[in-house]
Amino acid sequence: MLKIEDKIFTNIYGNNSPLLNSAIKRGNWDCTKTLIHKGRDWIIEEMKASGLRGRGGAGFPTGLKWSFMPKEVKDRPHYLVVNADESEPGTCKDREILRNEPHQFIEGCLLASFAMNAHACYVYVRGEYVNERYSLQNAINEAYSAGLVGKNACQSGWDFDIYVHHGAGAYICGEETALLESLEGKKGMPRLKPPFPANCGLYGCPTTVNNVESIAVAPEILRRGAGWFAALGKPNNTGTKLFCISGHVNTPCNVEEEMGITLRELLEKHAGGVRGGWDNLLAVIPGGSSVPCLPSEQCQNLSMDFDTLKELKSGLGTAAVIVMDKSTDIVGAIARLSYFYKHESCGQCTPCREGTGWMWRVMDRMAKGNASVDEIDTLLQVTKQVEGHTICALGDAAAWPIQGLIRHFRHEIEDRLVQRVFDVN
Amino acid sequence: MIDTKKENKDFSFSEQNLSLAEYELSKYPKGREGSAIISILWIAQKQNKGWLSPEIIDYVANFLDLSQIRVMEIATFYTMFNLSPVGAYHFQMCGTTPCMLSGSDELKNVLYKEIGEQNSVSKDNLSWVEVECLGACCNAPIIQINDDYYEDLNAVDLKNIIDELRKGKEIKSGSYKDRLTSAPLNKNVKFFTQDEIERISKNRKKPGLEA
Repeated sequence: MLKIEDKIFTNIYGNNSPLLNSAIKRGNWDCTKTLIHKGRDWIIEEMKASGLRGRGGAGFPTGLKWSFMPKEVKDRPHYLVVNADESEPGTCKDREILRNEPHQFIEGCLLASFAMNAHACYVYVRGEYVNERYSLQNAINEAYSAGLVGKNACQSGWDFDIYVHHGAGAYICGEETALLESLEGKKGMPRLKPPFPANCGLYGCPTTVNNVESIAVAPEILRRGAGWFAALGKPNNTGTKLFCISGHVNTPCNVEEEMGITLRELLEKHAGGVRGGWDNLLAVIPGGSSVPCLPSEQCQNLSMDFDTLKELKSGLGTAAVIVMDKSTDIVGAIARLSYFYKHESCGQCTPCREGTGWMWRVMDRMAKGNASVDEIDTLLQVTKQVEGHTICALGDAAAWPIQGLIRHFRHEIEDRLVQRVFDVN
Repeated sequence: MIDTKKENKDFSFSEQNLSLAEYELSKYPKGREGSAIISILWIAQKQNKGWLSPEIIDYVANFLDLSQIRVMEIATFYTMFNLSPVGAYHFQMCGTTPCMLSGSDELKNVLYKEIGEQNSVSKDNLSWVEVECLGACCNAPIIQINDDYYEDLNAVDLKNIIDELRKGKEIKSGSYKDRLTSAPLNKNVKFFTQDEIERISKNRKKPGLEA
């Protein structure tokens, strides 16, 4: 179990005030100027050495991403854009950072922007988080009044402005290029890459898009040292991570834990265990709705990290663990996810626009038992035709849960379809 | 569905909303004011009791100096913009899998029974719609009523909320279990006080701050 000394988020539940006075006591804004004066190369090297992998789902090394920005500012300004459009089903960690630890996050924005030569940072908060947006704005106003951001931020000589922008309900805007489109005042439709945002992002300028959690952990990594962070977790899967545990557990919660903790320990120590006991576990979705589910057989000694889950053809994603016990209608649960992707497809690429609707309709019939057994293979084939054939990963994200279901629970679907034939006859 | 009744012929921002809108415009570089389109539509929707009529779309287009279709495509793409009237209390019920696993279907039945069909306004000025993941899954099931989240609900809580709203009473937002935000509902969980956290923070080694 992660010791309180090693935690980065010490007010994630908001039992203490989110305001500046209290945040300073927790260790935020501690000698930020010293960190800035160590220079951008030092910051980027420390981030690389810490092994931090992006917390938004893809797990791309954060330090490496920062190093892709042009070294010098030429005719176009640089931007940092923070993705707070948290809408992956199961995920609810950034919400807690925005409302309970906003100063930790704002300090991270300053350090990251400095490291990438950006004087301006936009935080894209999802539209539904109205109160969270106000909390963040409130903290930003405090930071401006205290001289921590703005002109000569923290007396470091660096000018830094931070703005809160909001969306209005579109899951797709969590995709980095769709987010940039939306931030420019357009429909959130993903862009083709290349060019990558580091070359041509917001308003055609070099831009880096990071998740809230990746940015919020940066100040503590820099202060406590890359070595400290890298010593936690497992090689290539270092540090701590906020896990969001929802579904059929006794006490659902957000919790910060070490990477590579076993699923069983995570659920039993923090979430009160699976409802009805560990043996009542049917399946988990380990990383937010987009990753394939894992059946209980694979969960016995499951280590929660990027590499282990990838080997099992699933993923850590955002570390949003959705637990399903044996009472779950798993076909119905995945069919509901198919509806989600159908609803959220932006409609730009044909395989996704048409495919998500098609997959949902078939999944919906299967959940009701109203399909024939050979349609399972047709469905699997269609998921393969959607996957990898779209501009962004939403097509993949719609295909994977169904593939996971068929891989592990084909018998469930078959039983249901056969049963229906008996019932009808 | 787009409501074409001419209800808002004379719509213009109130003084307070005008300054809010101008503040939003000031966040973006010169020539990039179109970036503020979502927040300005949002302000307009708030002023107009939760929905956008064609006249308001025109007004916002003029305000931002954009063509009407540019504003319309935003208003139709993003699901939080309502193009027909909503109730004084608009319920957005999350029905995605984590909420569904935690019993959102029960809530849906209550809403059907108490308010009626989705996207229609009841006689007592309530409306509801099923939405996709609201991002508070550890507190499932959730309903957003206007701007606030109501978490950890069951059918009885929801019925009470609706009854209270009908009586014109204030209702409490947040969790309906005896629970602090998304902390586990477990008496043995230790919450550290401000002083304890301060002490722990001071005792940490911080090599990054050394020369």
